[in-house]
Amino acid sequence: MALVQLTTPITEAQARSLHVGDTVELSGRLYTGRDAVHHRLHHGDKPPVDLHGQIIYHCGPVMVRETVDGTERWACRGAGPTTSSREEPYQWEVMRDHGIRGVIGKGGMGPKTLAGCVTYGCVYLHAIGGAAQVCAERITRVDGVDWMDLGSPEAIWHLWVERFPCIVTMDSHGNSLHQQVRETSTAALAGLQA
Amino acid sequence: MANSVSVGIAANPTLQASLVELIRVTSTVLPADVVRAVTAAKGDEVTGTNAAYALEVIDCNIGLAKDKSQPLCQDTGSILFYVHTPVGYDQLAFAEIAIAAVQQATVKGYLRQNSVDALTGKNSGNNTGPGTPDFHFHQWREDHVEVKLMLKGGGCENVGATYTLPHPKFGGRDLAGVENAVLDCVLQAQGQGCGPGILGVGIGGDRVSGMACAKTQLLRRLDDVNPEPVLAGLEQRVVTKANMSGIGPMGFGGKTTLLGCKAGALNRVPASFFVAISYMCWAFRRQGVNLAADGAITSWLY
Ligand code: SF4
Repeated sequence: MALVQLTTPITEAQARSLHVGDTVELSGRLYTGRDAVHHRLHHGDKPPVDLHGQIIYHCGPVMVRETVDGTERWACRGAGPTTSSREEPYQWEVMRDHGIRGVIGKGGMGPKTLAGCVTYGCVYLHAIGGAAQVCAERITRVDGVDWMDLGSPEAIWHLWVERFPCIVTMDSHGNSLHQQVRETSTAALAGLQA
Repeated sequence: MANSVSVGIAANPTLQASLVELIRVTSTVLPADVVRAVTAAKGDEVTGTNAAYALEVIDCNIGLAKDKSQPLCQDTGSILFYVHTPVGYDQLAFAEIAIAAVQQATVKGYLRQNSVDALTGKNSGNNTGPGTPDFHFHQWREDHVEVKLMLKGGGCENVGATYTLPHPKFGGRDLAGVENAVLDCVLQAQGQGCGPGILGVGIGGDRVSGMACAKTQLLRRLDDVNPEPVLAGLEQRVVTKANMSGIGPMGFGGKTTLLGCKAGALNRVPASFFVAISYMCWAFRRQGVNLAADGAITSWLY
């Protein structure tokens, strides 16, 4: 297990160098995208931003307009991860078609996504569920939004992050911490039956 | 007396202000008993592990939310009011004022817009609509109003479950069957409910009252001891065994899968035996206040 500093966009080699258990602090550009975005991409809509080398964050942030020095801008008031498993049917396709290098979410994903990580050189990063304020603190700037017609939580928010904390729980070597923990905990609890 | 109380409510914004403050504190400050449990768990995990890292971030988040007076988690959840009122108190007037308080708290950003029409998918935008917020009124013989509030997120609500005993895998209609069913719920939840979690367990009742009983258990303080020794033993065993499962915080592996388990029992009909489990995430947002006759807060409950 290592602490890795990464700045987006990242290369396939960088994604493949990560292993389950690594702590990652991510800096640079980060795009949000959850259910409706994945659904649209699945139906063949062209993404409004270049996703190559980028990471998609499964997140429906709380955004507000604020005025600083006479300029109005977006500010993030809370931005923890949402449950990723809902994107399981689509995620591998987005990896294949749009060159993303990974996703950030919570709860992990299934075999299709894991296979996608192996084939296309991607990684699943687990943020800390519920840590809305820590995540929001690490978002230094919000400089755009697309697909607002989907509603604020579902839109593609253009974020800049600094040292955004996450843990690799699925890697391009076919390992999934979620699968491992499920297996070991199933065995452990079977042995503890009343 | 009854009339003068209700007229007092309708004419006085003090109650609404008190309820907005209750919502603010509930959404942004984790109760002391939960903070103590998180802190203790942090000490139990091995330094340098993913589990310890997760709990460090959680701990840091608890401090930030409080300092900034912003929601602990962006999912501010289902809004559940548990209200005890003196005999003759106007509960209808209270509900109206509480709804106004919820709308105001939403505008202030203490609550996310979280109430979605189940048929059309449309968000009401102000956290009110059929069933939201949710009120549980009870009369009591005390002379004041007590309001407890719980904000229960969707991620953890999704991993709750109701089991029926007997069950081929979990056993019969006895404590062993109950214990095995509860631990299966923990196993199926893995990290999906943003653990370490806290379980409310309702044994018996029907499908509604059993789950209501499970949720009500979450109003108990984490450090209390169940006065019913059989249930106290069950609670302890569930926590001990769950923490030996290795699921750990966020499902990363580790020693802390549960911060607590609180169980209650209701009579059942001979034909049914339900075990209802309500899973609460680490962002265990519940608070409560006692109110004076004019609606002002006289004390905090947790
Ligand atoms: S389960 Fe709890 S901590 Fe996790 S996202 Fe939902 S409300 Fe937040």
